[in-house]
Amino acid sequence: MDELIIAGRSFASRLMVGTGKFASNEAMVASMEGSGSEIVTVALRRVDVDNPQDSLLRHINPERYLLLPNTSGARDAEEAIRLARIARAAGCEPWVKLEVTPDPYYLLPDPIETLKAAEVLVKEGFIVLPYINADPVLAKHLQEVGTATVMPLGSPIGTNKGVRNRDNIAIIIEQACVPVVVDAGLGAPSHAAEAMEMGADAVLVNTALAVSRDPGAMGVAFKKGVEAGREAYLAGLGKQQDRAEASSPLTGFLGK
Amino acid sequence: MEITFNGKPREIQAGISLQEFLDQMKLDCMQVVVEHNNNIIPRQRLAETVMQTGDTLEVIHFVGGG
Repeated sequence: MDELIIAGRSFASRLMVGTGKFASNEAMVASMEGSGSEIVTVALRRVDVDNPQDSLLRHINPERYLLLPNTSGARDAEEAIRLARIARAAGCEPWVKLEVTPDPYYLLPDPIETLKAAEVLVKEGFIVLPYINADPVLAKHLQEVGTATVMPLGSPIGTNKGVRNRDNIAIIIEQACVPVVVDAGLGAPSHAAEAMEMGADAVLVNTALAVSRDPGAMGVAFKKGVEAGREAYLAGLGKQQDRAEASSPLTGFLGK
Repeated sequence: MEITFNGKPREIQAGISLQEFLDQMKLDCMQVVVEHNNNIIPRQRLAETVMQTGDTLEVIHFVGGG
């Protein structure tokens, strides 16, 4: 497969994976390994001194994976900026998946606060990967302020519904000058393949891996889905049409 | 003296540094980020930063997320 390049850095894999909701750290690692991913997302939260937990970072090999901290939990630009700065202070490279989701029911991203935060973070030297609704105009504004990608959702986070906004994602892909990463809602390898066939540069998957019976095997399945979709996109898909067109020659023997 | 630690009031020994507080809480400074009165404190300054009554402390770490 051809390489994915984000902010000048090359990746062999076009599948990014999340680390949330796994039943155990072992299941999470199995899924990361199966997926072949090189970019993994993590979140920031308060430590719980009453219930000490095993450190997540002990399970993620920094030689193998680029840690992509998200700003999940942020309800406005200010909170997102604060989380991004904390992630950088933790020693991470200055990459951030910018997420501003004021509505806890659908977790849809706030376009205005996301754009405000992106502008500040880019100026501070962050490599910003913003999570957005599939709005082509917003995607353009974000690229203008210097984000490294745009990450439109396929459907709301954790819904496993797949790509429910094809037409808008297609416009974003057509117009984008940066990689387009379809993030959120991808529930099956076929969904990931669909996004890649449309020309998305990468996808990000978490819930579908974490809730599966075998997260390691599901990681492998998504890897194949992403590769199949990418290869089909590069090979060039046939056009859809209404009328049948025979695959076998219609002349030469019967019914002449 | 009382401070606010991760959103809740907490009684701590007067005059201790952020590093001493982390040690008492059995938190590894390499695995957390400390925000003291809304300022991020670099690790090398944890030992020299002493807490006062009424301070706000947030201790943040990485957890699984998408």
